[in-house]
Amino acid sequence: MNLTLDEPAITELTLGPCTLSSRLIAGTGKYPDHDTMQAALAAADCSAVTVAVRRERLVDEQGRSLLDFLDLDRYTILPNTAGCFSAEDAVRVSRLGRDLLEQLDNPGQHWVKLEVLGDRTTLLPDPVGTLEACRELVKDGFCVLCYTSDDPIMAARIRDAGAACVMPAGSPIGSGRGIANPAAIQIIHQMLKDPEHGGDPDYPLIVDAGVGTPSDVTLAMELGADGVLLNTGIAHAQDPVKMAHAMRLACLAGYHGARSGRIPRKLHASASSPWEGVISVIPGE
Amino acid sequence: MQLTVNGEKRELQAETIGTALVELGMDAAPCAVEVNRTLIPARTRDEHKLTNGDVLEIVTLVGGG
Repeated sequence: MNLTLDEPAITELTLGPCTLSSRLIAGTGKYPDHDTMQAALAAADCSAVTVAVRRERLVDEQGRSLLDFLDLDRYTILPNTAGCFSAEDAVRVSRLGRDLLEQLDNPGQHWVKLEVLGDRTTLLPDPVGTLEACRELVKDGFCVLCYTSDDPIMAARIRDAGAACVMPAGSPIGSGRGIANPAAIQIIHQMLKDPEHGGDPDYPLIVDAGVGTPSDVTLAMELGADGVLLNTGIAHAQDPVKMAHAMRLACLAGYHGARSGRIPRKLHASASSPWEGVISVIPGE
Repeated sequence: MQLTVNGEKRELQAETIGTALVELGMDAAPCAVEVNRTLIPARTRDEHKLTNGDVLEIVTLVGGG
């Protein structure tokens, strides 16, 4: 047992060729402005941030774009394939993102957050297209971080297809519904990481999407996730910077809680104060 | 020559991707370019000759989750 009062350390998270000091990965979309985004990312203390690949260079009133607000020495940029509804398009977008990050000399050039979506309303992943794109990208040398539903069998298929990390959604993207099915995340954790179930404890599992509030992050980490990826929960909060602080703390709470050996759940109570020496009359005794 | 750039028909004098980006005013910010749905790596832009009717996608990074 550790009796030091120092805050316990977090081990780095290795995802393919990249090593992250923070377990929280934050998105860069949907912020009211770039300054708020910059402050929120700093408050979240993340070391990797996601970005999208698009035709239009979105600039603010001063002509500044996203890249003017991202410290490329601090953040590993994780390009996504959001908006892709076919494996072919996801592979194209992945290659475009890699080319951009090679120009920026950012370590994110080796990565992609693969999303192949089924439709625009649910934004749920298309499992067939996801697997097809995953295989193609792995063949092309990408470190694939793969967004998927919370289906355990699909999670195992994605791992088997060579993804460096499986990223099940807690609930639909941007829904803020948190971890809709904790048991599914637990089963995915068991299948991917428990040696008794053919898993590898070092295989990374990240809960991606659906986070609405800090307790969602904590629960994901307590369920054994190695990290959490979120965007809307911070960007659309009324106070994004304060929420980013809260998400960071929630992630730490879940990380340390998961490694501290929680007490078993019991049906009945267990007194915290001793029975010995009580002066009262105890009913039934 | 006539090209399709990000979904719009354009008439450009440029013969390579590198000069096309300058002509389009898109050479200042980092971008990635596809011609006819195939990525043309940044390092080969200046050598890549365009052909009449080519379809170009020019993309950059934006905020996303």
